[in-house]
Amino acid sequence: MIVELLGAGTVEAFFPNGISRYAVGGILVGLATAIIYLGTGIHAGASTFLESTLSYVSDRSRFQQARFVTSRDWRVVFTLGIIGGAAIYALTFQSGLIQSGLYAAGSSGELREVGGVTVWLTDVQPWRLFLGGLLVGIGTRIGKGCTSGHGICGVGSVSRTSLVGVLTFLIVAIVTANLVAAMGVSP
Amino acid sequence: MADRHPLFIPLVLFGGLVFGFGLGFSHMARPEVVLNFLTFDDLGLLFVMFGGSIVAGLAFFLAPRLRTAAPLTGRPYGRRLKSFDRNVLIGGSIFGVGWGLSGICPGAAYASLGVGNVTILWALAGMFLGAYAQGALRSMRADANTAAPADD
Repeated sequence: MIVELLGAGTVEAFFPNGISRYAVGGILVGLATAIIYLGTGIHAGASTFLESTLSYVSDRSRFQQARFVTSRDWRVVFTLGIIGGAAIYALTFQSGLIQSGLYAAGSSGELREVGGVTVWLTDVQPWRLFLGGLLVGIGTRIGKGCTSGHGICGVGSVSRTSLVGVLTFLIVAIVTANLVAAMGVSP
Repeated sequence: MADRHPLFIPLVLFGGLVFGFGLGFSHMARPEVVLNFLTFDDLGLLFVMFGGSIVAGLAFFLAPRLRTAAPLTGRPYGRRLKSFDRNVLIGGSIFGVGWGLSGICPGAAYASLGVGNVTILWALAGMFLGAYAQGALRSMRADANTAAPADD
């Protein structure tokens, strides 16, 4: 219906890789959040891990708060799970071991064969990753959440704070990415 | 902590695996795909964010109506509500610049390592350094505030 209104070309222009891999991935991310919540009552965000893990090595009062110290062990497990889950994807779909009409392989970055496994490497320059990461580390912790904490858990909770948070980082990120691209920085 | 349910850690691990698999499958673990989204070349990532928040939102909405507390922790079911102050805007803006520059956010960075992208260690190093810098600064400020009356 929407396709007829906009014309097939419009949809292809905005969704050159289709939508199924995104929708399936998003549903899985939501399911994962739901599974942890239903079992534990915890809204698992990804960026608290940064500070809770720092509590192992830093005596600073900020990191030694109970909310970081008491959650740091399971947050390490959660993060290892995220790395492991992505590795399972790499072993299966990324390596072509499993194929599905719902999965569209991309053309970005670089694929390399390492011992029968297809690994993926970004072409984005290290200085962008490092400087961007630095700002992500500062911003998510001052701003009380990231794309999963505010974006999935907060929006899912219809939290006004999180809706404002998501709008803020989304708009600023769109402006930044377009400015960087306009300045000819690529990749 | 000691009386934690034996299934607590396995459940968190399982949730993490599904979370990471989803980020890999959706290609959100690839900075290029995020940058293409932010520059309007491929809006597919909208489905990751909306798909994820709708499914999670359903659980947040239904769970409190079926039970009062979570089985593994006894924690009451509730929404994720954080207080609003200007930090949400300041932090959100700093995060936005970082996300728009690098195309990477925390969860996607962990997943990116899982798909073999060792180059993402640059971003992870940056994230830890940034998180440490803001924490150290806030600690110093908080310590100065509590110490100030004692000086008088």
